Amino acid sequence: MSEGASTGELTHERRRAVLRQSWSVGIATGLYGVSFGALSVAAGLDIWQTQALSALMFTGGSQFAFVGIVGTGGLAAAPAAIATATMLSIRNGLYALSTRRFLAPEDGRFHPLRKAAAAQLTIDESSAVGLAQPEPPASRIGFWHTGIAVFLFWNLMTLVGALAGSVIGDPKTFGLDGAAVAAFLALVWSRLKSAEARLTALGAAVLALVTVPFVPAGVPVLVAALAAVFFGLRGATAGATAPPPDPAKDGDPVP
Amino acid sequence: MTLTVAVLIACALAFLTKIVGYVIPPRLVEGERTMRVSTLLPAALLTGLIITQTFADGQSLVIDARVGALVVAAILLWRGAGFITVVVAGALAAALLRLAGLG
Repeated sequence: MSEGASTGELTHERRRAVLRQSWSVGIATGLYGVSFGALSVAAGLDIWQTQALSALMFTGGSQFAFVGIVGTGGLAAAPAAIATATMLSIRNGLYALSTRRFLAPEDGRFHPLRKAAAAQLTIDESSAVGLAQPEPPASRIGFWHTGIAVFLFWNLMTLVGALAGSVIGDPKTFGLDGAAVAAFLALVWSRLKSAEARLTALGAAVLALVTVPFVPAGVPVLVAALAAVFFGLRGATAGATAPPPDPAKDGDPVP
Repeated sequence: MTLTVAVLIACALAFLTKIVGYVIPPRLVEGERTMRVSTLLPAALLTGLIITQTFADGQSLVIDARVGALVVAAILLWRGAGFITVVVAGALAAALLRLAGLG
């Protein structure tokens, strides 16, 4: 492997191992697209809008948040839905600070189209698999193959879920609103390991609860974000630098 | 703004958050304050979503079948269940509670 790393080539076995890892992650997480597709049409989006979110937005937490807020607040809540989805996608940009180190070619010429494709595929899974590889060539294979595999299966399963969901009709009959609640809890669960995150969540819960009666639907979620600002700034030292978040540790269970 | 326009704006902004990480000098965002706030941001936003998705009906706070879904999901996650299991159980809990005439 050391010989392979120095020449920029991978052994056949090593390459196969990375490919196997990438595609199994892609298939496993892509399957969750069913739940997104079903919830999205239940929230009132049509199949095209649902599919556009999976293909163009392509970051699961943001997609669930967007349809959740539009589902409760309708079109009037769209600005809050857009703002929340965008804030939830910020971490992808932070992963890019790490993945660009192995994705940018050594000659420094990162073709704009290639850069745009890399950006679109920069999500929890592709970043995690890429960054987990010790050698840059394996990192590149891991990132691209995981990103492409998740993209394909996530979009395919979104379509399956959207078609199934549009057959179901009234979402409340089958408890799809309960499914949305459960999905959000599953998304936040792995992020509550530190005491600080739990305090932030508690503060966010209180802020959302007290603001619901006074502001339009969707806005309580934005108010809840202030808890992150408060607890984030409280413990920070001015001027210090910190590394970007780790997708393997801070990622969602969905793309 | 139509829903399709809202979808496309949200998609464009999500792409922007991703591409920014490839084009700006890292030192601009690697400050400790920025990192700490952005690390805590998903927990705050998702918790806000859980509260509104569970207890809000428009601008009123209500207790209905969705609370049952939340409780079932919490128990399953605590027992280490996977994402799909939790989501399906949440749907079942809400549907069964409604079938029983609760919420």
